[in-house]
Amino acid sequence: MKAFLNIVSRDLRLALRQKSDLTMAVLFFILTAMLFPFGLGPEPNLLARIAPGIIWVTALLAVLLSLERLFLADYEDGSLEQLILSSTSLEIAVLAKVLAHWLTTGLPLILAAPLIALLFNMDSDAMTILLIAMVLGTPSLSLIGAIAATLTLGARRGGVLIPLLVLPLYIPTLIFGVGAIDAAMNSLEAGAVIANARPHLLLLGAILLVSLLITPLAGAAALRQSVE
Amino acid sequence: MGSSLFQGKDLTCIRGGRTVFLGLNFNLAKGQALVLEGPNGSGKSSLIRMLSGLVRPRFGKLVWQEQDATKDPEIFQKHIHYIGHRNAIKPVLTVLENLAYWSGKTKDDPGLEDALDHFRMLPLKHTPANLLSSGQSRRLTLSRLLASERSVWLLDEPSVGLDVASVSLLEEVIKTHRLKGGSVIFATHSPIQVENPDRLNLQDYSPLYNKELLEIENDEESWI
Repeated sequence: MKAFLNIVSRDLRLALRQKSDLTMAVLFFILTAMLFPFGLGPEPNLLARIAPGIIWVTALLAVLLSLERLFLADYEDGSLEQLILSSTSLEIAVLAKVLAHWLTTGLPLILAAPLIALLFNMDSDAMTILLIAMVLGTPSLSLIGAIAATLTLGARRGGVLIPLLVLPLYIPTLIFGVGAIDAAMNSLEAGAVIANARPHLLLLGAILLVSLLITPLAGAAALRQSVE
Repeated sequence: MGSSLFQGKDLTCIRGGRTVFLGLNFNLAKGQALVLEGPNGSGKSSLIRMLSGLVRPRFGKLVWQEQDATKDPEIFQKHIHYIGHRNAIKPVLTVLENLAYWSGKTKDDPGLEDALDHFRMLPLKHTPANLLSSGQSRRLTLSRLLASERSVWLLDEPSVGLDVASVSLLEEVIKTHRLKGGSVIFATHSPIQVENPDRLNLQDYSPLYNKELLEIENDEESWI
């Protein structure tokens, strides 16, 4: 547990000292999402209708953008070898690095999401569901992305490979993330918002649990392979 | 010499389809210094990485204190300290923060300052590591050896980038380590003086340099 916190705090400190890494994903998210109203024209109903899809797709791309640096710096400067040789279990270390990644990428996206939702004329019920869905969904994005990030270490131009590996795996999160907000927006009675979105949120939770289980095992195996 | 601590039997390393070395044996006792020699590409780094558990031997056995550890390198990994070509230093962290992270200690632990002091790095402890010269980075990496106690040191060209004074600091540290019963295996091209070292020349086991082995290698391939 101490080693887990040690890795998380080191990665957070690294991210805070290299602010460009920290702000890149969230700025990409805000700027890209802001382009859509300009491209589609100022039609409040249309924008509110397509907002869930746009927010999720841009969030997903923002996470994708940050995945390469998750393990690459450690791989290149030899830290990864030391991490594998250290007494910390590698599975725990992978989880710690993913948590640090989520705190520096996923969490800022969640904090920026209400701003985008306002821009798209989303009502408050839908916004609440959006936030819940992102809290459940973005950790899965970091976890699934970490597998691809570990698998592409050592491959030439690994950064190009990551989207090819990861985007198909992000589809379920995208479907249920958008589905939850759509269900909330389409519910006629005020009380039914949560009930309607519930199945989608539960499925997002299920994806999170499965990736929490798979990522440490697959990630650690891929890391061991990468240094051979 | 005392009883065997770490042993390799008939080790073979194949990387990228090429046999790096084959049929290699070694025996490391407590307090022993084993110097790996051989020209470039004869497999010194590969052997060190194999002994650290990063690379598994294709054939042969690794034995740690009479226990077969070929399949389970974690048995010996907690006792070894590997220092490779790369320094594993984070440029945005300070010298002290880098050392604290790898030794798993907090920054105020006195052991860290002692370790830095041994390699004359104490005045630089609050300097961000990206301002260090390559020799200073190497000294920071070497001070990790003192910050966390491990009984076997595996050093791959530890003296690269070090000036003469720093090399003698390293020699001193190795000497103290051996007096305390620790062992060291290192590969080097520049002379590092240690008392009565055992030498292992990898040229003898490398098909690249030893033509007799080439035939064995070909036999083995047809056999596979």
